[in-house]
Amino acid sequence: MAAKTDVYQHPDYYLLDELLTDEHKLIRDTARAWVKKEVSPIVEEACQKAEFPKQWIKGLAEIGAFGPYIPTEYGGAGLDQISYGLIMQELERGDSGLRSTASVQSSLVMYPIYSFGSEEQRKKYLPKLASGEWMGCFGLTEPDHGSNPAGMLTNIKDKGDHYLLNGAKMWISNSPFADVAVVWAKDEEGVIRGIIVERGMEGFSTPETHGKWSLRASATGELVFDNVKVPKENLLPNIKGLKGPLSCLNSARFGIAWGAMGAAMDCYDSALRYSKERIQFGRPIGGFQLTQKKLAEMITEITKGQLMVWRLGVLKNENRATPAQISMAKRNSVHTALTIAREARQIHGGMGITGEYPIMRHMMNLESVVTYEGTHDIHLLITGYDVTGISAFE
Amino acid sequence: MKILVCISKAPDTTTKILFKDNDSVFNEDGVTFIINPYDEWYALVRALELKETLGGTVTVLHVGLASSDTEIRKALAIGADDAVRIDAEPNDASFVAKEIAEFAKDKSFDLILVGKETISFNGATVGGQIAGSLDLPFISLATKLDIESNNAIVEHDIDGGIEVLECEMPLVISCSKGMAEARIPNMRGIMAARTKPLLVLPSFGSQRLTNTIKYSLNPGRTTCKFIDAENAQQLIELLHNEAKVI
Repeated sequence: MAAKTDVYQHPDYYLLDELLTDEHKLIRDTARAWVKKEVSPIVEEACQKAEFPKQWIKGLAEIGAFGPYIPTEYGGAGLDQISYGLIMQELERGDSGLRSTASVQSSLVMYPIYSFGSEEQRKKYLPKLASGEWMGCFGLTEPDHGSNPAGMLTNIKDKGDHYLLNGAKMWISNSPFADVAVVWAKDEEGVIRGIIVERGMEGFSTPETHGKWSLRASATGELVFDNVKVPKENLLPNIKGLKGPLSCLNSARFGIAWGAMGAAMDCYDSALRYSKERIQFGRPIGGFQLTQKKLAEMITEITKGQLMVWRLGVLKNENRATPAQISMAKRNSVHTALTIAREARQIHGGMGITGEYPIMRHMMNLESVVTYEGTHDIHLLITGYDVTGISAFE
Repeated sequence: MKILVCISKAPDTTTKILFKDNDSVFNEDGVTFIINPYDEWYALVRALELKETLGGTVTVLHVGLASSDTEIRKALAIGADDAVRIDAEPNDASFVAKEIAEFAKDKSFDLILVGKETISFNGATVGGQIAGSLDLPFISLATKLDIESNNAIVEHDIDGGIEVLECEMPLVISCSKGMAEARIPNMRGIMAARTKPLLVLPSFGSQRLTNTIKYSLNPGRTTCKFIDAENAQQLIELLHNEAKVI
């Protein structure tokens, strides 16, 4: 498949760039330039072959995609939340699988080690994770416990000088090549604890999940723990209960809310360009009312979504963003992106199903994104719970 | 080695070009600016490569208003050590060149690099005028630059080929495609740029020699005329009378 030049131009209908600082724009433009140079030319082929291009890891580290908001003393970039969002937006504009890899490393591995880890754990893991020397993954979801993580079966038992870890996790991004895994397991009292498991520990394996029709350029797998002896110093000391993994997911969902807007913008940009180039009945199809309806609705939804994630970023910078607000943005962005991908696919006609255009890849990717890190329906119920005070799922 | 890289800014290539004030001023409203690509991709990056192999410093200089600080910070993020902005409207090439020369005359730069032209106004005279003002050698359209002892070895495009020149430093070089490969700033660079010095100087009061009266856009592309292959005479008449190219 011939590599095409990436001619993406990001839509900014309400001049929202004026809400960003010069540094935000430099960070975003840097991530965008890297995606155009290193990702776009090979992403279609990587997806077709279901391979994660390992050479992306170094580039992701260099543009600050691993732990952008982790303080510099631990190897992070010390940036604000809007910067994190913008990086995720640009990565997912390239591919949701690429963004997933960075999200997991930042929000699900580095964030809990920074927030709940000991000083020794921070110093041991964070710099290597920030540089991409080590890759991490996050084990929460189990075969029988997805939306209800509190029911997890994975467990640790205190054996005096170590913990004995047993159980299995699935749908784990990065697991096949991860060097470390932040795993959530119940202790003997049934309290959820976080523990850092390293590749090479006896009884720990990471079988890859094959045959995916989604996130094909990202590696997904399982985590299997068969009497794994984990040193006691690997337990995250400063968190107990479901609040630990849920706060990680909050951070990751924030990044997804921005990221999905990137996928939406890529689909819109491609559809807009195609609609002006594709001639039918003697005129560009962009001149027909039904195409204009699609494009006008797309840019309207994109503009609303852009405003929502920007405002959420301001709130998160001020430490005021609630989990329910983040749920609303994650749900809205992904739904917007999926809807736009489907409409954009129609504008592209038959070409929309090929790898010549990014549409079908984004659409298939987004079917994972709409499900992982809290499904579309669960996030709706979180909003419902938040406004009524009555839980519909407990 | 001390290198001065002169950078200008230019509208992003996707900008819709509009004018104001009776078509005498480019309308910058809503325009995204970038560092002029010849200045950034070739002059600045080659300067950084030379610094990385030979040691020394790279200073970027821009003549312009405070709105250009974004582009200057990007140059620092890519790797320049420090930056100078001469606080003046850069609307005349002679003025810009004189201001740069005034700044540079007592700074002992070994190399002064500029892009071969700006992509906005297609100006290509600043480099030559700096060299003239400072009485330095000037090599234009350079596609390759190496340093051997105190000499610059420069390849530059000539009509139908390439000429290799040797010139003792200091000198002024205008840089063209091929000299280096564009760099994407990394996060470390962006963070370092926060604290790198950006010195803002008042104008030296150089004289402006030109004044723009009016801009106009090229007429849009017209439809093609097809002429039968048998009818060469008609083609010649059209080229002569209508297109006026022969």
